[in-house]
Amino acid sequence: MKILAIESSATVASVAVVNDNVLEALYTICHKITHSQTLMPMLDEVAERIELDKKSIDYVAVTSGPGSFTGLRIGASTAKGIAMGLNVPIVPVPTLEALAFNAYGVEELICPVMDARRNQVYTGIYSFERTGADFRLVTYLEQTAMDLGELMDKLNSMGKGVLFLGDAKDIFAERIEAGLKCDYAFAPVHMNRQSAAALASAAVRKIASGEYVSAGDFAPTYLRLSQAEREAKEKGNN
Amino acid sequence: MEDILILAIESSCDETAASVVKNGREVLSNVISSQIDIHTLYGGVVPEIASRKHTERINQVVNEALIQANVTMEDITAIAVTYGPGLVGALLVGVSFAKGLSWAYDKPLIGVHHIEGHISANFIDNKELKPPFICLVVSGGHSHLVKVKDYGEYEILGRTRDDAAGEAFDKVARVIGLGYPGGPKIDKVSNEGNPHAIEFPRAKVADNEYDFSFSGLKSAVLNYLNNLNMKGEEYNQADVAASFQQAVVDVLVSHSMTAVSEYGFDKFAIAGGVASNSHLREALKKACEERGVEFYMPTPIMCTDNAAMIGCAAYYEYLKGHRSGMDLNAVPNLRLGER
Repeated sequence: MKILAIESSATVASVAVVNDNVLEALYTICHKITHSQTLMPMLDEVAERIELDKKSIDYVAVTSGPGSFTGLRIGASTAKGIAMGLNVPIVPVPTLEALAFNAYGVEELICPVMDARRNQVYTGIYSFERTGADFRLVTYLEQTAMDLGELMDKLNSMGKGVLFLGDAKDIFAERIEAGLKCDYAFAPVHMNRQSAAALASAAVRKIASGEYVSAGDFAPTYLRLSQAEREAKEKGNN
Repeated sequence: MEDILILAIESSCDETAASVVKNGREVLSNVISSQIDIHTLYGGVVPEIASRKHTERINQVVNEALIQANVTMEDITAIAVTYGPGLVGALLVGVSFAKGLSWAYDKPLIGVHHIEGHISANFIDNKELKPPFICLVVSGGHSHLVKVKDYGEYEILGRTRDDAAGEAFDKVARVIGLGYPGGPKIDKVSNEGNPHAIEFPRAKVADNEYDFSFSGLKSAVLNYLNNLNMKGEEYNQADVAASFQQAVVDVLVSHSMTAVSEYGFDKFAIAGGVASNSHLREALKKACEERGVEFYMPTPIMCTDNAAMIGCAAYYEYLKGHRSGMDLNAVPNLRLGER
């Protein structure tokens, strides 16, 4: 089984090709948000380096959101074009779940956070739980957009150690220091950002449980309405 | 010679469109999925909503275009996509999708300028038309007077300094209670009005006789309505619409005819959404006839945003050997003639 994984939900642009148990290629950059110009050339280079037979791809995995609206759409539209071209399904993986997969095997709480602007973070609370010769991802808090204070209250109430992933350290290290009462750590660089390899690992589980869709049926999950819809809704409520 | 089949994709504004075009001028399919019902709720196009809808619909639209053309991806020679100008988020959907499809199939990719597409719509509906000619491009986002020197070779003679013609239609329609989209509504209600009831100004731009300005006209309409309002008088909707439209038409016709005479061209064409305005078509047709100039216009469906026109423009790009790379980006303010 061969999976092509595409991640462009935030500043990271990442593509991976996973063939059964082998990560044949992983190309990740975290530079500027120029995904429209970088993502496909990255994929092109990967394909060339590993002499990829495109027709051998069985699934296209992509982070389904949340994230930068534009980033998500570039990833989604690219995946939809490729999946239609190859006539294969898309495996959508929630962005925070894919991020959490970086910390496979961690039995403390895993809390990925992404800057969501407007004083909020996109976050979720996860953990890995041993099941025989494997770990499975347990979800304590489904991915959502949340105020940082609320997230810390939630973590404090759970009373377990927390491993933070994502750009958490950059956004609010000081506030965590001041407000968090449980043990915590920030993940180191090899696992603290979006990665198409982690996405592919998460996708393997989704495929096993039949969670994939046709290219035409896939659309990102933004977790937020557009500004116009939000304003119209607020007006309606008044 | 082998047939050249272009699969074209257009998503620069609020229409998700795909088309298969054979040898540049034969449209095998032309699928347009309009979002107008959604945007009407907000009184105009909401870019974020437009981008989301494009993402949801693009596969179905492209599939439908292939089915209606009775071809498969294997038959397609190249994939064309609009990469500007337009709404950046909306453009990115088409561009990203087209790149993905082109990569998966190893088919050449051709980025197309949206306005070049509009101009090329004339080639589809007028098989005998060949450059050179003068073309007036008027739509919700653009007002250009263009010298079409050859296929893919353009010289911009004039452009709007402020509002596009279609934008002025939308704004005036809103203030006189006709709503969105303004163009077709003003066109229709004007039939009942007197186009000379109110003499709104015909703006000239001092340093370029081919440039347009519509913001002064829009203000004049607003002032007229405010004055009546302050006096407690009612206005005649049809008269205001017809008089406003006449002012726009007069300016467009006079600029166009000046260009035709100046450059001595015997062919003139119109393009863009506003080109389906019946009064404008009639006035330009008459003006051309008076001067012995051949007048060309696309059918109204080809005037709206569609992908067939993109496929037509791409065909001539293809013949010239132009190809886009996998780094093709959406360029929201792409200028005509730029590559």
